[in-house]
Amino acid sequence: MSIVKFDQVKVGDELPPLKLPKVTRTTLALFAGASGDHNPVHIDLDFAKAAGMPDVFAHGMLSMAYLGRFLTNWAPQTQLRHYAVRFSAITPVGAKLTCGGKVAEKLEKNGEKLVKLEIGVADDKGEIKLAGEALVALA
Amino acid sequence: MIDTKHIGRQLPTATFEVEKGRLRFFAKATGETRPEYLDEAAARAAGYRSLPVPPTFLMAADLEAGIMFTLLEDLGVPIGNILHGEQSFTYHQQVCAGDTLTVESRIADIYAKKGGALEFIVKDSLIKDQKGTLVMEARSIIVARNPREKA
Repeated sequence: MSIVKFDQVKVGDELPPLKLPKVTRTTLALFAGASGDHNPVHIDLDFAKAAGMPDVFAHGMLSMAYLGRFLTNWAPQTQLRHYAVRFSAITPVGAKLTCGGKVAEKLEKNGEKLVKLEIGVADDKGEIKLAGEALVALA
Repeated sequence: MIDTKHIGRQLPTATFEVEKGRLRFFAKATGETRPEYLDEAAARAAGYRSLPVPPTFLMAADLEAGIMFTLLEDLGVPIGNILHGEQSFTYHQQVCAGDTLTVESRIADIYAKKGGALEFIVKDSLIKDQKGTLVMEARSIIVARNPREKA
């Protein structure tokens, strides 16, 4: 894999999208264990209903982890400086998610060349589940 | 309403050991298949000391120690009523398997919106490695839905 260079990147450039397999109950069970987030609202239907939800729903951090994969596919993780998101909609079981983003700004900070990326995760109906930004250092 | 006297409160320090098996489990759970995240030799070849910790993995350090869930219980917020509002990470050093981390967290802010129907808890964390070096900063914003206060 050739590593993306600062001079090759233009504001507005789209990053290669990352399409995820459908979110299943198994996805949520595995993610609960692996992430350490054992909140039963994500894995126990009875609990979710008692809390007023129609069903269990995905951890916000699952989508953020997918979006992290999307970022580190584009540039090695050691070049990631900052990563921030706001969660805007619940991701139900069965959702088909895609990560996407574009170059929003090129800047220099503390002698380091950086690109600011606008990034997000949406479902196949175009509903945005989370959106945010990342700062990535490029040589 | 959550009492704002908790703003500034320092939460118990947590310790977290980064284990290879746990990182492989996280890779499986997030569909990660790149060899540097699964295989130690591939990780070394990619320039890491051991398996690298992916960008969002260290939430586990907080969750495992139950810092947030204990706090919510303290504040009287039912766990079924919370949503994750925002999350950010600032990276200073790459964390790898074998590292032992400490997490120091404090409540940075508590505020309400929509006449108290939504309450926000802002938690800031400093994550340090076994040498005491700051490796990562994290901010979590948790939203508590208060159904009883809905109009």
